[in-house]
Amino acid sequence: MKSQNTNETKSQNAVPTTYYQFMEISVRELLIEKGLLSKDDIRKAVKDMDSRGPELGAQVVAHAWADAQFKQSLLKDAPSAVKKFGIDIGPLQLMVVENTEKVHNLIVCTLCSCYPRMLLGLPPDWYKSSEYRSRAVREPRSVLREFGTEIPDEVQVRVHDSTADLRYLVLPQRPAGTEHLTEHELAALVKRDSMVGVTIIPEFSS
Amino acid sequence: MNAIFNPGDPVQVRKGSPPGHIRTPFYIRGCRGRIERIAGKYRNPEELAFGRFDAPIVPLYRVRFRQQDVWPDYLGNLEDTLDVEIFEFWLEPSNLNNI
Repeated sequence: MKSQNTNETKSQNAVPTTYYQFMEISVRELLIEKGLLSKDDIRKAVKDMDSRGPELGAQVVAHAWADAQFKQSLLKDAPSAVKKFGIDIGPLQLMVVENTEKVHNLIVCTLCSCYPRMLLGLPPDWYKSSEYRSRAVREPRSVLREFGTEIPDEVQVRVHDSTADLRYLVLPQRPAGTEHLTEHELAALVKRDSMVGVTIIPEFSS
Repeated sequence: MNAIFNPGDPVQVRKGSPPGHIRTPFYIRGCRGRIERIAGKYRNPEELAFGRFDAPIVPLYRVRFRQQDVWPDYLGNLEDTLDVEIFEFWLEPSNLNNI
């Protein structure tokens, strides 16, 4: 579903409407015509989707770093643990995988673009690209290197292919030099890509 | 339908290529791995996709593969793994213990 008005986009950018855009418009108009959805329902869904971003995931990660008990419950039962942040993951399952000195985790969906939207918002374009989707399972270390992430040989790389009902979030390693930071300051260090596992959070220096 | 596999069990992914909406990636078919965990039960999405909303409820697993068992020319740590979610009807028991 496109959040912008397609006709407006067309007149401004003179880009021809694609097959899938036509399909989206047709299905949307049919659903409204048949009374299954209203325009307001769609507007609200788009607004909700746009309002979610990686900040939520960053808050969860920072809290896990600051509170060992929360971290344990997050790793054991993420859907229950994230409820205290007002996050409802619905019928899906959520699994948080922890990066350590011995293990590095990487998330991909080879079949489509499954992504923990409830914690990270909409996926970036590269995550949906066929190149990332095919190469992340085949040569994860090369893909990581292209993101500037060098994983030492002795560290195990675990790739998670999100093919069905599970969604994954990587709990990055807390960077050195952050012992004195508040949870709020910690959250500011946690970027989207580190929660997908393509980057690691660099050592902190104030 | 109760799950027939338990965590740690060696399994092999079926090699079939049926038509339709398939949730098992092509690259993993025929590969051997071990059950990492039972990931719940869901209505079979391969039937839901065709509007059969009363599709049977089937167990879903997370199966862990060693990268070297998926890609024989894999470069990197031999302990590197790949976890894939696979529905039970795509799995067969594997009697090989070297995985």
